Amino acid sequence: MTSIKTPSTERPTPPDSTPAAALHSGTSDLRALVLNNLRQSGIYVALVVIVALFAVLTDGVLLSPGNITNIVLQYSYILVLAIGMVILIIGGHIDLSVGSVVALTGAVSAVLVIQQGHPWWIGVVAALVVGVAVGAWHGFWVAYAGIPAFIVTLAGMLLFRGLTLRVLDNISLSPFPSEYQQVAAGFLNGLLGGQGFDAFTLLIGAIAVAGYAVSGFRTRVARIRYQQPVESFPLFVARVVLVGAVLMYFAWQLAHARGLPIVLIILAVLVLVYGLLTRRTVFGRQVYAIGGNLSAAALSGVKVRTVNFWMFVNMGFLAAVAGVIYSSRSNGAQPAAGNMFELDAIAAAFIGGAAVTGGVGTVVGAMVGGLIMAVMSNGMQLMGIDQSTQSVVKGLVLLVAVAFDVYNKRRAGTAR
Amino acid sequence: MDDTILEMRRITKTFPGVTALEDVTLAVRRGEIHAICGENGAGKSTLMKVLSGVYPSGSYDGEILFDGKPMQFRGIRDSEANGIVIIHQELALVPYLSIAENIFLGNERRGRSGLIDWNFANAEAAKLLASVGLHENPVTPVIQLGVGKQQLVEIAKALSKKVRLLILDEPTAALNDIDSAHLLDLLRALKEQGITCIMISHKLNEITAIADSTTVIRDGRAVETLDMRSDDVTQQRIIRGMVGRDLDSFYPDRESSPGDEVLRIEDWTVRHPVQDRMVVEGVGLSVRAGEVVGIAGLMGAGRTELAMSVFGRSYGRDIRGRLFVHGREVQARSVAEAIDNGIAYVTEDRKRYGLNLIDDVRRNVSAAALDRLSRLGWVNGNEEIKVAEASRKEMNIRTPSVMAVVGKLSGGNQQKVVLSKWLFTDPDVLILDEPTRGIDVGAKYEIYTIINRLVAAGKAVIVISSELPELLGMCDRIYTLAAGRITGEMPVAEATQESLMELMTKDKELVG
Repeated sequence: MTSIKTPSTERPTPPDSTPAAALHSGTSDLRALVLNNLRQSGIYVALVVIVALFAVLTDGVLLSPGNITNIVLQYSYILVLAIGMVILIIGGHIDLSVGSVVALTGAVSAVLVIQQGHPWWIGVVAALVVGVAVGAWHGFWVAYAGIPAFIVTLAGMLLFRGLTLRVLDNISLSPFPSEYQQVAAGFLNGLLGGQGFDAFTLLIGAIAVAGYAVSGFRTRVARIRYQQPVESFPLFVARVVLVGAVLMYFAWQLAHARGLPIVLIILAVLVLVYGLLTRRTVFGRQVYAIGGNLSAAALSGVKVRTVNFWMFVNMGFLAAVAGVIYSSRSNGAQPAAGNMFELDAIAAAFIGGAAVTGGVGTVVGAMVGGLIMAVMSNGMQLMGIDQSTQSVVKGLVLLVAVAFDVYNKRRAGTAR
Repeated sequence: MDDTILEMRRITKTFPGVTALEDVTLAVRRGEIHAICGENGAGKSTLMKVLSGVYPSGSYDGEILFDGKPMQFRGIRDSEANGIVIIHQELALVPYLSIAENIFLGNERRGRSGLIDWNFANAEAAKLLASVGLHENPVTPVIQLGVGKQQLVEIAKALSKKVRLLILDEPTAALNDIDSAHLLDLLRALKEQGITCIMISHKLNEITAIADSTTVIRDGRAVETLDMRSDDVTQQRIIRGMVGRDLDSFYPDRESSPGDEVLRIEDWTVRHPVQDRMVVEGVGLSVRAGEVVGIAGLMGAGRTELAMSVFGRSYGRDIRGRLFVHGREVQARSVAEAIDNGIAYVTEDRKRYGLNLIDDVRRNVSAAALDRLSRLGWVNGNEEIKVAEASRKEMNIRTPSVMAVVGKLSGGNQQKVVLSKWLFTDPDVLILDEPTRGIDVGAKYEIYTIINRLVAAGKAVIVISSELPELLGMCDRIYTLAAGRITGEMPVAEATQESLMELMTKDKELVG
């Protein structure tokens, strides 16, 4: 072991107590902003590049109003799953069973609504209850029995797939009543009229942009008041304008297709709620603390078991939401529904910057990661690239994304 | 008989920022038992790692002569090829493999076919076990053996490598009295067979009983080598060599005026979480408001185990005893309950147990008391920043911003973050486990100043430290702990490094 020798007579001078000019080294210029947030900004850049690439390769079809609507409808349930998944990954866990749970919740709903003729909302409520129960089951084994999540949810993957087959008696059920179909296939449009486009969608888009700008500004003001480093004002304006332009373009395209998809509203609400949950609540903090350093969290009084339990309950709930959306979109329940969804959700979280070791990740990042996967799949489909190549490309993208993350972390670790 | 088997000449080993060994020279005679002792962190283990090639040749200055020939070990395989085998304090056995498999791990006996001949290996292992006096079937998995027997397996493993110089790092630290006595007997028997032995030990009664010579290491220097056969070397004589550090004006002055008792434990007993032995036995101690109480003890004495078991039963099992806060008996069954009862524990290993290194200063400071910053589960982020900023100023945490990642701060500043975290829980008593380990001199001084400020504000503080001058400089009262028991308690005015070390090395007399 080492020891530090102390000077025998000289009394060491206590260091001066001013934290010097250190305050100014915040993210005050663009270069620093980009460099400091390489991991975060990297995925946004990647998304833009991939969108641009496929827009060119598909002669602009990718960004056509109809196709944008399609992407939203087609991948919404993966994004919902990715929200729950990234929270688990931040906490240092994983869930391999979500595909089976999507199938099971959809099946339960279909049996009640299609087979037994209950109203559509009974199916939705029952699916959510089943999802929460499944989550509690996983949570019990992980949190209280101490079994690794990988094993528990691998077992759950088999278990709930089997139960799906049992519930459906091995046959597909179809179709749902039209109200149920609205969840995934419905649009809000025509509420305000318009000439060849949907004014309501644009209004919602504008409200979203305004909300983004106002909340950003308020955060900025608060940070300045607490003397925290902030980006320079022109940079802040540029960021808001850029995000606003993207959002409005998106709304404009939707408005020229079929209007605002209901599923997009569901997704937006979930992203907003879970974004706040992870960043602003005690629960969210404790998830990060557990993933970042389990021992330190436990020794800081975090009730690790309780938090772990609720993480899984939440995942079960979101898997049920995805199950409802998926069954609605496919207008029925099939024994093989949701196969491999877990892998797409996990990939979305990791591409979105979550760390394999836990403690790092964001809901928004996972959404961007999911969109990268979605745009790639959709783009390659439009180009008529076959399934095998698509799978190879997606696999490589996932690998490169995580390798980049590991490289980044190692670099950060050595640059002390 | 008196020729030299090993000579380490002028060994100097530095780590970034610290000199761990400085100009150490060590000579070991053939066939002797050579003890090495010194305080925690004196450099004993580093010296043995240099010798065994864990730190390869070239990463240190100086030379090693074995059998008169200069040696350049690039790794542990090189030193083992020459018959130098080290047995570490934490045994390096694979629990689910059998005794024989462990003995020949990495050194497998292959038959002509290239496959391992297990019949031969088991028979060989049985012979080796007999020579260390262990009567177990070689196919028994190691996990089924007690620590004492595992230690014997390690020695059998060393013998299988044709060991000529056996190095044991704290071989009896985890053993009970009977197993310790057996082990010492075995070492004597090995000596008869001509095997030279270097033994690092804190237990001075063992050293005086068994060693032929003793080298004392202090602050990375070899202070002296005592010939235990000719000189009349007593335990007190060794202690004098170990503790000769200077006491200086390095510690800020403090007025001491203890108030009412804040924390008291009675008859505190803790069993090891896995092994079947007591790590803390019948400990009683108390601390008053405005008082700094020290706990002195060597490695393995049970200091951290005691502290963590008090702090929400974070360590051990079968914890028994009574805990009083402000004279009222409390049950702190979880960390959250301990915090609610006003107890805070700053761990000895801040990186592993104290901080979320990938998160920022702000969130680390608030981590143990988020409920104070939140309503209905919502964290008030602005207040949080305010709290973190206040801590930064008060503790003089040098960081570009409270949003900076804690892992990038220096050790001293990290320690201030940990202290801030616990102060924000508004505790009545703080247990500080090695509060200045691994931080530079200036930061140490700051930590001492902070402790003084806390005490002046009426907090009760318990300091666990391996550095005796630190305890003597900071505390009002010091308890000594040895083998899980309190062996003494004295006001600082009566304590000296010698008297403390004597109590810290006071062990039950050896059986046999």
